[in-house]
Amino acid sequence: MTSVRIIRNGRIIDPANHEDTVRDLHIDTEGWISRDCPDENIISPNAIIDASGKWVIPGLIDLSARFREPGHEHKADIHHESLAALSGGVTSVCIPPDTNPVIDSPAVVDLIRQKCRGRTVPRIFPLGAATVGLKSAQLSEIAALKDAGCIGISNADMPVPNNQMMRNIMDYSASHGMKIFLGTQERDLARCGCVHEGFIASRMGLAGIPAASEIISITRDLALIETTGVEAHFCRLSTAQGIELIKSAQQHGLPVTADVAVHQLFLTDNDIGGFNSNMHVLPPLRTRRDRDALRQGIIDGVITAICSDHQPHEADAKLAPFAETEPGMSTMDTFLPLILKLATDNIIPLKALIKCCTSHPAKIISKSSGSLSPGFAADIAILDPEPEWIYNTDNGLSRGKNSPFNGWLFTGRISHTLLAGKLCYRRNLPEHGPP
Amino acid sequence: MNHPLQPDQAGSLKHFLTIEGLKREILVSILDTAEPMTEVTDRSIKKIPLLRGKTVVNLFFEPSTRTRTTFELAAKRLSADVLNIAVDTSATIKGESLLDMLRNLEAMHVDMFVVRHPQSGAAHFIAQHVAPHISIINAGDGRHAHPTQAMLDVFTIRRHKPDFGALRIAIIGDILHSRVARSQIHALNTLLTGEVRVIAPKTLLPVDVESLGVKVFYNLRAGLKGVDVVIMLRLQHERMQAGRLPSEHEYYHRYGLTRDRLQLAKPDALVMHPGPVNRGVEISSSVADGSQSVILEQVSHGIAIRMAVMSMALDRTRAAS
Repeated sequence: MTSVRIIRNGRIIDPANHEDTVRDLHIDTEGWISRDCPDENIISPNAIIDASGKWVIPGLIDLSARFREPGHEHKADIHHESLAALSGGVTSVCIPPDTNPVIDSPAVVDLIRQKCRGRTVPRIFPLGAATVGLKSAQLSEIAALKDAGCIGISNADMPVPNNQMMRNIMDYSASHGMKIFLGTQERDLARCGCVHEGFIASRMGLAGIPAASEIISITRDLALIETTGVEAHFCRLSTAQGIELIKSAQQHGLPVTADVAVHQLFLTDNDIGGFNSNMHVLPPLRTRRDRDALRQGIIDGVITAICSDHQPHEADAKLAPFAETEPGMSTMDTFLPLILKLATDNIIPLKALIKCCTSHPAKIISKSSGSLSPGFAADIAILDPEPEWIYNTDNGLSRGKNSPFNGWLFTGRISHTLLAGKLCYRRNLPEHGPP
Repeated sequence: MNHPLQPDQAGSLKHFLTIEGLKREILVSILDTAEPMTEVTDRSIKKIPLLRGKTVVNLFFEPSTRTRTTFELAAKRLSADVLNIAVDTSATIKGESLLDMLRNLEAMHVDMFVVRHPQSGAAHFIAQHVAPHISIINAGDGRHAHPTQAMLDVFTIRRHKPDFGALRIAIIGDILHSRVARSQIHALNTLLTGEVRVIAPKTLLPVDVESLGVKVFYNLRAGLKGVDVVIMLRLQHERMQAGRLPSEHEYYHRYGLTRDRLQLAKPDALVMHPGPVNRGVEISSSVADGSQSVILEQVSHGIAIRMAVMSMALDRTRAAS
């Protein structure tokens, strides 16, 4: 049973409601944000969180994070990755379907729900596989996946090379009101590559993935979206040209959205030097020009979501020559810190950034969340904007230590995370339950 | 890009992973050290005791005859004990990891690994994870680097034409997949060569290859004009299957080095090839065996250069201990 709570005297930053004021925030007994001020005489002092000097923002919504369960428990698990998410203020997470077994049937969705039961976890929204086993040969039971609770469908990082198959996926999804989450790599140009095709790849003798891979993929999918009328979201843009394509489609009235992985807003192919396998990620780190275009894409509102693209790995997955390592970075521990860094470094305004990890992704997954409006679930992150700290993967809560941000200096840290009004993370105290 | 792994704190060579980033003085000292080594090879008793008591492991994850045997001979002429290990990569991928294999070999108290591996960056990876007393010599990693080959090539050039600043050098063929070409380009540029050219169709050139410091020619005749050294690269048959070239026939007609075409270069131009030679594919027999060819010299210089590099790397460890 949740009790009434007051978050006292915090700086409420709720860009979706154009609010930035210092005030109290109230939560009712059902875990909803409330307009009414409860009678302070009847609530316990434990239910009052002193947020003086702190920021109170909506809980973050991450459009892509791998928790590796089921099937890849040697890399990570729901328990640890949930703690990492909640300790970083993330209260909702979309899970791509490339688990093992793949999320291509309601049974796997149920399995994930079972594994979450009895644990402190954020809200978990699975994406259903577009094709059986992600093999692009046969449609999944998309309607059944929707009934089981999938919020959209996706072929994860597996391109769908056959144009007719992609059209069928889109037509069928549109028939059932399912949104499609699209990857942006064309199979043949991306197949052997592990880094951006450019002079860094040429120097290092690593096979490259040209920007054209993304251009071809987005161009084809935009044409099919227009034909089929499916609701679509483009995942993990990496090139300046990709942004231009999305922008022009939006200008022509196509209701498509796009996101970017947080690491793409910082790193470039120049950071791969010395064959650092923690920089092996797909889509690959591109050029400085691409990175700057991605940043500008957020400022211009072409890209409306930033996700962690969290991909924890066991140490062995990264202990091999570069091209033989598994792609992906563990980024959950630094998701919000990196987003805040874009504001403290004066790269992107804070309000735009907060929208990109709260209200905008909520809209993309059609959920009434991501803001502090009365009547919304009290998914709330409270952060202390002052402290400077250095990220050390050894102290991170994610089991994935494959972070390229080890040793980076950050400003600002989550102090409390509330999920439906319940305190589910508090720094320096045990992570389970309220004190 | 810097490679802090290569020279140790005192500035001597610890590992030899790539030419890129090495100072000109280091390259020159390798070349100078190799000079007397060629004399050892000419003696009736071809052994000097520089590495007596040291153990060198040739760890080859790719088939090789020439490179492996010259490394083996080089180590033996320096009086080291040599162990040859040929690993079938298809067997290692799923079973023992590269790192496990290294740990096991380390436990046998070896002093140096000479590594060839099909993946770019493999030698760096091993150097990063190996016990600190062990030296790593890169004998070819993927498309990335083959530094001893490049050193023996510049050694051969220097013996004939010592003033690099006055030279125009053309590298012809599959630059894209060639670790040899990448290392040659870095070595030639570090030695301040007048002009380095690459000649190939775009399907065999890396993107932005100009950024490596070369002038690009798609036309062989134009590229050969006035050059002092012609370096041919081996064309792998797989390139046709991958759709990068229509046929060996057309390749030979456009990019093969024939006696006629060689006349576009300077009259005393050297003809080089890292081997093994595909006669009638990238080079005609009459040119490969002709008077301007130094292909066999390259092979014997390979032993001297490898002796130089090995002794420099292991001498350093001895000095430190």
